[in-house]
Amino acid sequence: MLHIAINFCARAGLTWFVPWLRLAAGEDPSVQLRAILMTLGVPLLAIMAFVAVWNASAAGVQTSLGAIPSPAQVWEAAKGLAAEHVAERRKAEEFYRKQAVRNAELLAVDPKARIKERRWTGKATYLDQIATSLKTVFAGFVLASLVAVPLGLLCGLSSTVQAALNPLIQIFRPVSPLAWLPIVTLCVAAAYTRENEWLSKSFLTSAITVTLCSLWPTLINTAVGVASLDRDLINVTKMLRLSWHTKVLRIVLPSSMPYIFTGLRLSLGVGWMVLIAAEMLAQNPGLGKFVWDEFQSGGSESLGRIMVAVLTIGIIGFLLDRVMLTLQQMFSYQERSV
Amino acid sequence: MNAGTRPCQWLFRRRCLLGALVASLLGGAAAHAADLEQTDLKFGFIKLTDMAPLAIAKEKGYFEDEGLDVTLEAQSNWKVLLDRVVSGEIDGAHMLAGQPIGATVGIGTRAEMVTPFSMDLNGNGITVATEVWELMKPHVPMEGGKPVHPIKADALRPVIDQFKADGRKFNLGMVFPLSTHNYELRYWLAAGGIHPGFYTDSDVTGQTDAEALISVTPPPQMPATLEAGTISGYCVGEPWNQQAVFKGIGVPVITDYEIWKNNPEKVFGVTKAWAEANPNTLRAVVKALIRAGMWLDADGNANRAEAAEILSRPEYVGADAAVIANSMTGTFEYEKGDKREVADFNVFFRYHATYPYYADAVWYLTQMRRWGQIGETKPDAWYDEVARKVYRPDIYMAAAKELIAEGKATAADFPPDGEDGYGAPRGEFIDGKPFDPRKPNEYIDSLAIGLKSK
Repeated sequence: MLHIAINFCARAGLTWFVPWLRLAAGEDPSVQLRAILMTLGVPLLAIMAFVAVWNASAAGVQTSLGAIPSPAQVWEAAKGLAAEHVAERRKAEEFYRKQAVRNAELLAVDPKARIKERRWTGKATYLDQIATSLKTVFAGFVLASLVAVPLGLLCGLSSTVQAALNPLIQIFRPVSPLAWLPIVTLCVAAAYTRENEWLSKSFLTSAITVTLCSLWPTLINTAVGVASLDRDLINVTKMLRLSWHTKVLRIVLPSSMPYIFTGLRLSLGVGWMVLIAAEMLAQNPGLGKFVWDEFQSGGSESLGRIMVAVLTIGIIGFLLDRVMLTLQQMFSYQERSV
Repeated sequence: MNAGTRPCQWLFRRRCLLGALVASLLGGAAAHAADLEQTDLKFGFIKLTDMAPLAIAKEKGYFEDEGLDVTLEAQSNWKVLLDRVVSGEIDGAHMLAGQPIGATVGIGTRAEMVTPFSMDLNGNGITVATEVWELMKPHVPMEGGKPVHPIKADALRPVIDQFKADGRKFNLGMVFPLSTHNYELRYWLAAGGIHPGFYTDSDVTGQTDAEALISVTPPPQMPATLEAGTISGYCVGEPWNQQAVFKGIGVPVITDYEIWKNNPEKVFGVTKAWAEANPNTLRAVVKALIRAGMWLDADGNANRAEAAEILSRPEYVGADAAVIANSMTGTFEYEKGDKREVADFNVFFRYHATYPYYADAVWYLTQMRRWGQIGETKPDAWYDEVARKVYRPDIYMAAAKELIAEGKATAADFPPDGEDGYGAPRGEFIDGKPFDPRKPNEYIDSLAIGLKSK
């Protein structure tokens, strides 16, 4: 049983649990303990040292524009955000409950009465904003992958296409999201005239900006992966006279999977970074807007809340990367653990 | 029927009456609600204390009373706010008085906009860096050890000369090219004989021939750039002037109340298309905003402390309540420790603050022409024409009449019926120059520094 779990964890990228499970299985304890020390103990010590240094330096930096928030203040700010979220949810529930009761009463008196279903117009809480950011980055990332993988395949398979597209790729790759934003805003405003509640213009603008900036790693990596296919495999396809789509699906894609996934992982990382910048200006109600609004508030709590947002962005980026790594390890035939 | 002997019947009749009452109320409410073209609205604002009418209308339930579900969303800057109103992502917004006018005329983003409601009077200040204040102080008239206010830009003239002698540029910040802050800053400088720069076809930054270089800086970055020395002063709304004092990095030298007593500041703007498609909704919005303005100025500003607390919430202005409270409750701190009474620093309803006078639009148009944002001389009739297109006192008065009919306001709260839009009860300017809104070109010519009509 344990061995199945160990195998699953190792393959799924949850490598931290592996030493614990091995320890439980009774395998060589000293080796496992050392592994635990390396994967858990040392990082934890480093994090604690970082927090200590942060605490010390926060007290030291006092400017007229404010002081750097200490870890304790950031923790308080985080608790404050969580409490606000709970309070806002409670208010929304209260509102809907009262409305339901009111409507029921009206209907009881006169079944044909016209009742009004009103929407709660409270503010978006911190968790709502995190959810919006995640939705936007996934939308942008999926769009980027759908564009980049086929293009990358084409580039890798045909050196003519590669020669044609390479200059364009190299020129557009370094462009920052903030430079794309005005143009994307214009195009979205022109093309998407009848706005739908589920798909707001700010969401589209942010998602498309994420796409434009994050499709390059996937594109380049896919092209490289396809181009570096084993010559023998290409010869096999020629010999067997495989049709074009069989060649791509059966030979090219599976063997360039590792490269594609590396590209996807990089793209998601870039996309997450770009998203925060894009949201600040496109006004998509996510973490980027949260940071910018707190900056505009300039209250004494604001810096602490911005630090909470910074840490949240970092942790989510890390988790996203881990998820991609897990997927990568599940899909690739080689043993890889980075 | 004898209520005592037939209780069941009495109860039955009572229930019928109650049902009829509820049905009629509902019918009335439904009819009222059915008149509104939209009830789900999103309004934008910038984090400045004079977005208060929007926040109060929401928090005190005035929007709800009109059957409106309003979401208020902070925007990142004035340009994004205007663009989003134009593109339809938000239905209306807290805007600078010059924005709907500039947009309709075609300066910057071009769009037909209207405004039926003026949100407030006054509310801005000009702050200079501590270093500049120390250089200004010897030239400021003192009385009993304290500076005499208002401080004219004449006291800044020697400082600018010194900067010039040292080979340094004198930079100032404001929030937007079409902002009241821009025009007030330029007016104050020009009144002191300092040239603030022209806008030309080739120069959209407005620094041609300037002795003081004015540029756009976002309000939250103003304290930082002031401290860094990138700018030597800025003109902005609250809480950013008091923030500078709290943090000890700058000194406010004058408020716009002193530059032009009771000047129009922010308006509530929507696109013309939206106003034409949603007339009843717009009227309902204006009703709610009028009530919010009345609450803010009620009983000699008795509610301002509560308003400051509401505004300090992160979803509204977000600054510390103590910083907001100063100006909202009628005091203004110039130098640290020098608090003065400025009861009308923010005016939300008194002096007919919410009525959109054509005269106000004409003044902004004259300043746009004075500094070159409007490329060529226009006849007096053009000013009147643009003012009538953009400012809509007809919608305002329709909303006011409904409020009077509902008993929520009295006729004395509003200008008389015969108001033609040019009777704005505004005060004097710092240099004493008279302003006749019916003769804009004559006014432009009477100002020493600035483009002329010939």
